[in-house]
Amino acid sequence: MKTIADVKTLVIDGIDVSARGDQTVLEVARENNISIPTLCHLDGLSDVGACRLCVVELKNSTKLLPACVLKVEEGMEVTTNSERLRHYRRTILELLFTERNHVCSVCVANGNCELQALAQSQGLTHVSLPYLNPKLKVDASHESFVLDPNRCILCTRCVRVCAEIEGAHVWDIMGRGVDSMPISTSLGENPTARGAGSACRSARPALFPTKATSGATIPSIPKWSRISTC
Amino acid sequence: MTSEELLQIVETAKTETASFDYQVNVCMGTGCLSQHSDKLKGALTKAAAESGKKCHVRQTGCMGLCAAGPLVLVEPAELLYGNVCEADADEVVASLGAKPVARLETHLERYFQGQQHIVLENSGHIDPEKIDEYIARDGYQALLKVLNEMAPLEVIEQISASGLRGRGGGGYPTGLKWGTVAKSFGAQKYVICNADEGDPGAFMDRSVLESDPQRVIEGMAIAAFAVGASKGYVYIRAEYPLAISRLTIALREARRRGFLGSNLCGTNFSFDIEIRLGAGAFVCGEETALIASIEGLRGQPRPRPPYPAMSGLFSAPTLINNVETFANVPPILRKGAPWYAAIGTEKSKGTKVFALTGKTTHTGLIEVPMGMSLRTIVFDIGGGVPDGGKFKAVQTGGPSGGCIPEEYLDLPVSYEALIGVGSMMGSGGMIVMDDTSCMVNVARFFMEFCMTESCGKCVPCRVGTVQMFKLLSKICDGNATLEDLDLLVDLCDVVGKTSLCGLGMTAPNPVLSTLRYFKHEYMEHIEGKHCRAGVCACNSKEHSAVGVMA
Repeated sequence: MKTIADVKTLVIDGIDVSARGDQTVLEVARENNISIPTLCHLDGLSDVGACRLCVVELKNSTKLLPACVLKVEEGMEVTTNSERLRHYRRTILELLFTERNHVCSVCVANGNCELQALAQSQGLTHVSLPYLNPKLKVDASHESFVLDPNRCILCTRCVRVCAEIEGAHVWDIMGRGVDSMPISTSLGENPTARGAGSACRSARPALFPTKATSGATIPSIPKWSRISTC
Repeated sequence: MTSEELLQIVETAKTETASFDYQVNVCMGTGCLSQHSDKLKGALTKAAAESGKKCHVRQTGCMGLCAAGPLVLVEPAELLYGNVCEADADEVVASLGAKPVARLETHLERYFQGQQHIVLENSGHIDPEKIDEYIARDGYQALLKVLNEMAPLEVIEQISASGLRGRGGGGYPTGLKWGTVAKSFGAQKYVICNADEGDPGAFMDRSVLESDPQRVIEGMAIAAFAVGASKGYVYIRAEYPLAISRLTIALREARRRGFLGSNLCGTNFSFDIEIRLGAGAFVCGEETALIASIEGLRGQPRPRPPYPAMSGLFSAPTLINNVETFANVPPILRKGAPWYAAIGTEKSKGTKVFALTGKTTHTGLIEVPMGMSLRTIVFDIGGGVPDGGKFKAVQTGGPSGGCIPEEYLDLPVSYEALIGVGSMMGSGGMIVMDDTSCMVNVARFFMEFCMTESCGKCVPCRVGTVQMFKLLSKICDGNATLEDLDLLVDLCDVVGKTSLCGLGMTAPNPVLSTLRYFKHEYMEHIEGKHCRAGVCACNSKEHSAVGVMA
């Protein structure tokens, strides 16, 4: 039986590109060195379309669609970069900066933070909305990890790595709206979290955009947890 | 169950009804129950027994005029008594066959005159816990007809031809949705009834389930047959305990009569329904969040496509319709698509149930043909603003909708017309506001609702609603500048365009629509530090900031 290859051609930012039928616009764009900003996407994990930074314009559609979950279609014409999109992205980043306590000058992730890097690359020079300044408790009960929700952007990458890659599913999100919080039982008392050290050891720093979970504030911990987070 | 057996049940029920001279129906919906209509029913039953009259006192669902509860309907005289209390029981029974009790009569012909009851045709007339009473009023005829005489495709054609559109608010053509699910490939398919009604001021679905649950079950069974599903779920919010208990009884009764379960009515089609309770999250009314919740996951929406019709519950093709949509199905198939398509406007067919609340003389549940003007609804049916107040706006579509000012009151109620003026049909909440309502404060109320109900998954909705709420509060408090207003408008654009699901996309609507028609009120708050309705803190210190619907 003859198999017909499932390939499609489309136009991204005026460039003709080819794609496998099951690819997303984000994958194809990155293959072709077209950069689309993301925070909640991580190669190898399921996509949730939550950060909304990767929204793109589609010809003949008034809706903006997230590139990370947008499947390619034959002949589709995608715009990944326009003044409107840049404005939306800047505003979304601005909202993230106002939400919790992202103070770069006193942050361990300074210079190694995806949120900070995106703000710079997207031209976010100042924040005009008021900061919400929540006072969130830091969980330092685990011998190796410190969880600081003040720096969490709720991208759920840690949740998905732990659940989908390691199969431990130590983390999830509790609460709703702006009160959403990464949750595990108190880290030091959670046997799964303790056991999950091995999972976290394999985790790379790239998994955690703002280093909300980090070992860096405890001097006596092994080196791996200083860079890894979970 | 065959049609002969169905006829037998109808005959038995009619004989039983005929054995009584009078039917005294007592509303036992949530509204009237809160006014102790259960005690009233007890008193009426006792009085009827003592009087020796052939009088049947029964519980029914909503009679529509919720503000005048507890309501009692006397048949066959069709007398509607309002504000009846226990002490009136003897008098009501004594009046049977004699002169009506004048002081209890409601005299609200205008309230009912313009209405057309299709979904509510049995509400207030049958005992919702007795399936035979539903059958006696032509219930389950449509299902028998569909199972015995029609092919699934014919059913879908009928629904398409009727012009029925989703009553949850979006107005998606129901026939098209059914057709998509029917064509989707899958050994297992599901039918879900969305009863997670959460708009402030809306209680249509609750009333339908409390008053006539069999109608929804029949509609779901017909839908399941049409799309090839064998399993159904009713996702109902746990805040509706009475609706849940009535539905539970109704499901048991339907199974007993063979309308649910294996081999429905002797055919080889099987279908059953389970109840799933929502734990109080507004976002779970969004179909993908609802599906996640049924699956036992955190109730959060996911990006579409894939749409539930292709990949829904447990990744199987899934049909999701609202309670009212399903409730429209049996009469359409019983009376034919042309009959239904003759009601309403060109693009919006049939009737719509509204929960008419706020500053109107008569508050309650109404069902009107599409195309009726808002003015007729507010002033004729609703009786206008009470106590000499001046009408200001009517809010439709809940937190996703908008406020419609007086100049658009002659607009016919239809999906397109309401969207055209910056509001939407929504599920059917209709809140009338007078000049004691501050429109900025109204916008703030709905924004607060969206803020607390945002699931927190996507950034624009999670943080944007908080920032918009803060800006609106600033305006209400008289501390805002024109720059703040620009920021608010900009945020409305960003949140509306980039949010993940309908909750975030439509969250700015109340702000945008009040800005469109009542910008002068915003300007008064900002420039003059003045609230003309006198509800905002900026006005003067003697007025406390009381929410319009708090």
